[in-house]
Amino acid sequence: MRDIATGTMGESGSPFRPSYGKVFFTFARNSLVRDMTFRSNFIIESITSLSWMAMNLAYYILIYQFTVSIAGWSKMEYFLFLATTLFVNAIVQALFMPNCEEFSELIRTGGLDFALLKPIDTQFLVSLHKINWSSLWGALFAAGLMGYALWFLPEMPGPVAFLLYPFYLACGVAIMYSLMISLAATSVWLGRNQTLYDFWFYITNFSRYPLEIYRGAVGDPIRVLFTFIIPVLIVVNVPARLLAKPLDGQNWPLAVFALFATAASLWLSRLVFTKAMRSYRSASS
Amino acid sequence: MSLPANYAPEFDASDHSPARPNRLRIWATMLRISIEERLVYRGDFALGTLMRFLPLLTQVFMWSAIFYAVRRADGASTIAGFTYEEMIAYYLLTQVSRAFSSMPGLASVIALQIRNGEIKKYLIQPVDLIGFLLLSRIAHKLVYYVVAAGPFALVFYLCRDYFSGWPDATTILAFLASLVMAFIMGFFMEATLGLLGFWLLEVSSLLFIYMLFTFFFSGHMFPIDMLDGLPWHLGTIVRAIPLQYLAYFPAAVFLGKIQGADLAWGLGLQLFWTVTFIVLCRVTFNLGVRRYSGYGG
Repeated sequence: MRDIATGTMGESGSPFRPSYGKVFFTFARNSLVRDMTFRSNFIIESITSLSWMAMNLAYYILIYQFTVSIAGWSKMEYFLFLATTLFVNAIVQALFMPNCEEFSELIRTGGLDFALLKPIDTQFLVSLHKINWSSLWGALFAAGLMGYALWFLPEMPGPVAFLLYPFYLACGVAIMYSLMISLAATSVWLGRNQTLYDFWFYITNFSRYPLEIYRGAVGDPIRVLFTFIIPVLIVVNVPARLLAKPLDGQNWPLAVFALFATAASLWLSRLVFTKAMRSYRSASS
Repeated sequence: MSLPANYAPEFDASDHSPARPNRLRIWATMLRISIEERLVYRGDFALGTLMRFLPLLTQVFMWSAIFYAVRRADGASTIAGFTYEEMIAYYLLTQVSRAFSSMPGLASVIALQIRNGEIKKYLIQPVDLIGFLLLSRIAHKLVYYVVAAGPFALVFYLCRDYFSGWPDATTILAFLASLVMAFIMGFFMEATLGLLGFWLLEVSSLLFIYMLFTFFFSGHMFPIDMLDGLPWHLGTIVRAIPLQYLAYFPAAVFLGKIQGADLAWGLGLQLFWTVTFIVLCRVTFNLGVRRYSGYGG
């Protein structure tokens, strides 16, 4: 028997193990070839993605015309925060967004049958088979913004912060991915899932602001909810604080918790995915 | 084939002359079909409506933090003429404006129907495409308001402290007029963009630019008064283009930011833009249809 979710063969199957690294490399290559085939489309997509970022930045430049800080974040510190948000978004959009969207569609149309038949982990296949290269401009934009902000920051963060930053960025991406794939997998039960994107956008919207802004009778429960139950507040806040506020005592407990939150999110999303696959009934004729 | 019990032929069979379809009845039927179609996915719809208020929550916190910082730094209690309460009220009101003026999917569906040839069915039937789309959009909006009335009332009730009481009757009338015009203007603006699909194969990047500008310069993201002190007369330019009527103008009217002669002038200009886009849409459609050729079945 073949385990439908993991795609591995049981005793009766062949002991075939695909090389995930090679497969991912092929996905990336194919996506790039495809993007380069439709070059003008790629250029337009790149421009739109960059202009979206520019608008985002312009909004905060505008706000900082009226204030010197927001919830204790100075302009340059906030730029680091924004750059981190853009980094996470760029990576999620490049790697997972088109795939998760298609995954919902595959469930609805029954096209998932073909993915289930492939001798590779289904979650890996549906999560990564397409890479949206044009979104990676966002990462470049974010890097530029980060360099600019670091240059004007009164105090450069230490080497530890720089070492930990990419690691926590990856944790953040993993949390976002877990949320996204779980939401996409719910299409199995809900059928139509148009609000998936909206839902994802609205939930992750909470992650785009420093956690200090959530204060008071309503703010405190929100902060707790989005830190401990749906840990989207961790995603940007932990890496951004490492660079922008290296001396803040609150960082370390949060950083330790982020490890736990990442592991738990990944595990839970795997659980949801496997459960969804067990409930999947093909829609094809 | 058996007909449903409530089947009513559109053409009177007893009358041997080729009956002319009653236009009002066609429109009523189109509206009814669209409402029914909308209600099929009401669960999805209600969920979407509730979700729409979530970003507002983060705005409340964000602006609270900004106003707190401003007050502490230089004792000022307003930003671009808005107090904290007004700012939150403003964001709530732009949700109302956008509920009228935003047309999700309109332009892309028109462009898609042009591209895949589905538009033929409107061209050969005694049904006007723009009229049909307008009615289905009205149906969409009516259902939306019914479903959204609850969440909207709840949110406004919870946020009642951000408002300094009800405005006077003139303001409310002006507000309602600007909302209706925002709907019509939003519809015809987006429909015109979609109709450009007669000339362009792919309008999605154009739509993205439109969306980006709307988001930024309609006042959806921030009150456009914030742009006033900026270089290159950015504030003046943004006030001159019609986007502000989609979000900023109705909200500012309700808050009493625009009164007297300015109000009359503003409503007049909004009417001007609304009519302009209705005409533009018609002209685009007629030119497009003349250009269009459909092949195959």
